[in-house]
Amino acid sequence: MSDAIKGLLHLAGRILGALAVAFALAGPAAAQEKKPIKIGFSMALTGGLAGAGKAALIGMEIWRDDVNKKGGLLGRPVEFVYYDDATQPAKVPGIYSKLLDVDKVDLVVSSYGTNEIAPAMPIVMRKKLVFPSLFGLAVNDEFNYDRYFQIMPAGPKPKTDWSAGFFELALAQKPRPTTIAIVAADAEFALNAAAGARENAKKFGLKIVYDRTYPPATTDFTPIVRAIQATHPDIVYVGSYPPDSTGMVKAANEVGLKAKLFGGGMVGLQFAAIQKNLGPMLNGIVNYDFWVPEPTLKFPGVEEFLAKYKEAAKGKGVDPLGHYLPPYAYAYLQVLGQSVEAVKSLDQAKLAAHMHRATFDTVVGKVKFGKNGEWERSRVLFVQFRDVQPDNLEQFAGPGKRIVLHPKEWKSGNIVYPYKK
Amino acid sequence: MFSFDLLANGLVAGILLGGFYAAVAIGLAIAFGQLDIVNIAHPAFVIVGSYIAWILNSRLGLDPVLIGVMVAPVFFFVGAAIYRVYYAAFERTGQESLSGLAFFFGVMFIIEVLLILVYGVDYRLVNAGYIGETIEIGVVGIPLRMLVPFLVAAALTAGIYLYLSRTFMGRAILAVAQDRLALQLMGADPVRVKQFAFGLAIATTAVAGALLIIIGPVEPSVGRQYIGRVFAIVVLGGMGSIPGMFIAAMILGIAESLVASFMGPSWAPAVAFGLLLLTLAVRPSGLFGRQ
Repeated sequence: MSDAIKGLLHLAGRILGALAVAFALAGPAAAQEKKPIKIGFSMALTGGLAGAGKAALIGMEIWRDDVNKKGGLLGRPVEFVYYDDATQPAKVPGIYSKLLDVDKVDLVVSSYGTNEIAPAMPIVMRKKLVFPSLFGLAVNDEFNYDRYFQIMPAGPKPKTDWSAGFFELALAQKPRPTTIAIVAADAEFALNAAAGARENAKKFGLKIVYDRTYPPATTDFTPIVRAIQATHPDIVYVGSYPPDSTGMVKAANEVGLKAKLFGGGMVGLQFAAIQKNLGPMLNGIVNYDFWVPEPTLKFPGVEEFLAKYKEAAKGKGVDPLGHYLPPYAYAYLQVLGQSVEAVKSLDQAKLAAHMHRATFDTVVGKVKFGKNGEWERSRVLFVQFRDVQPDNLEQFAGPGKRIVLHPKEWKSGNIVYPYKK
Repeated sequence: MFSFDLLANGLVAGILLGGFYAAVAIGLAIAFGQLDIVNIAHPAFVIVGSYIAWILNSRLGLDPVLIGVMVAPVFFFVGAAIYRVYYAAFERTGQESLSGLAFFFGVMFIIEVLLILVYGVDYRLVNAGYIGETIEIGVVGIPLRMLVPFLVAAALTAGIYLYLSRTFMGRAILAVAQDRLALQLMGADPVRVKQFAFGLAIATTAVAGALLIIIGPVEPSVGRQYIGRVFAIVVLGGMGSIPGMFIAAMILGIAESLVASFMGPSWAPAVAFGLLLLTLAVRPSGLFGRQ
């Protein structure tokens, strides 16, 4: 090879080398801008609460896709890192430890349900993380964590606010009821609900004639309903999870429960499949809910969201309508996302301060948190099932079947009392 | 808060519930009680039965009990096949106690996960004309939702009991439980007999699953709630005894029901298992077990 060519090759090599170094330096910087923001969480994707948990995840993914379509957060795409906690509280601490120490997520949100949120609290508190939470009852009562934010609109005093509406409705009736039966599953959420009901009963001067709990795996609820019936209560407040809610409703029908007001804190009566199966057995029951397709609750964006959800839920073996958890799952991420954009950083202290200060516009209306992370004003709806036809899912997609009785500003109809003819 | 009404209703509810428990436990009474196979996946098979009842009920509108009976032969062959694998891998080599148990744990998890993948995790329920209806006899109300499972369970138990005591194969099954070597000397192949018996045990889960979903909603992990109960019933009744199993199921159902009526439902499991411990302390082989 001639000297000239050697020289040229040498020069070419040097130029290439310089270019390579330049790219190497520029490379990571360019990638830095596109580095995704990771939001980590555990979710009940199997086990007793999975029907709602999986539906919530679909709602959350819709939020992620909506946000990414508009360029992400702070110009960065949003990614989820999540694991199935199988509705088992024992799995939660391990999952959050992994999310924070191994997956190194930037932000965390909670799983679904009181039992699954509480175990994560010590970990997020130690790391001083902002913790938007999805439907846990009075979780922060014991922890008093100032960076906890609960999207469920229980209200500033969650344990009692949760059932206050049920009592206010009952006491507005004539003749005024005097006795109450309280029954709950032996599980954190239901026990909290029952404790609140007990306090409310005492506050409103009602005599508690039955106050018991049952093991969650109970098969037959007929003896329980008969025992309640034997005490002749005017009103019956139940705190239960989906299988027991179904069991109690069926047993109440079979026994012919003669109370004047029945329901209260039954999880599961908001799920489409259960509503369809119970059908007319639901008529008259007054139960809690957080969003129903009544004309008084048409928040901006919610119907658009539900349409997207309905599409995304097809064939996934989850609630086809998605009225209960998904809008709030979308909303708790909206709160987080809007805060990130508002403070222009992922600094947990700044985010927490913003979340306490601001009022958020979400698909479930305006959201404002109080000092303890619960909603500043309670918005537990008490709805009464009416005119429910047998074996019909579509009837629940529109108004008229779940009438909002309380609070006044969302009311869409008047109560039918006593609850059964 | 005692009243005759409540007592009568509690007893009846307990008997109906006990009948249902018997339907769930009878397969295990054969597999565990007679063949000493620790089939911890038994309740998982019951859940498969529930799902099949659900899908055929919602697509074709067939009665769940009918579905259970129709599908039972399929479950029989599945059970026989599983026994073949279990025998070849564990029983033949004498490792059935620990490795066999691990095998059935694995089967249980695989079943659960497959159900989740195929059917999703939402609760499933069935529709039938008699769900929600109640017959009133005096002060006692009998919900058909509990009566139908009881009647089916009683028929199933009676049928299996008669089969085991009257037919050749049935007696061979009882024999292999008592003395395997003697059975071999009599000219019957113990492996084929056990295979048949295990198939029969799994066939009952098709029916039990249909009964379960008539009574209440089902999702893939519900089976785990029954593991403790079914083993307790088989042990309490006495290993190898079908009538014992039925009586034990009754005792459990009645105890749960009366405790729920009078003391408070949260005591029900404590009382039920307390009875089990008490019985085993006095009669270690169970109520009707072989000594």
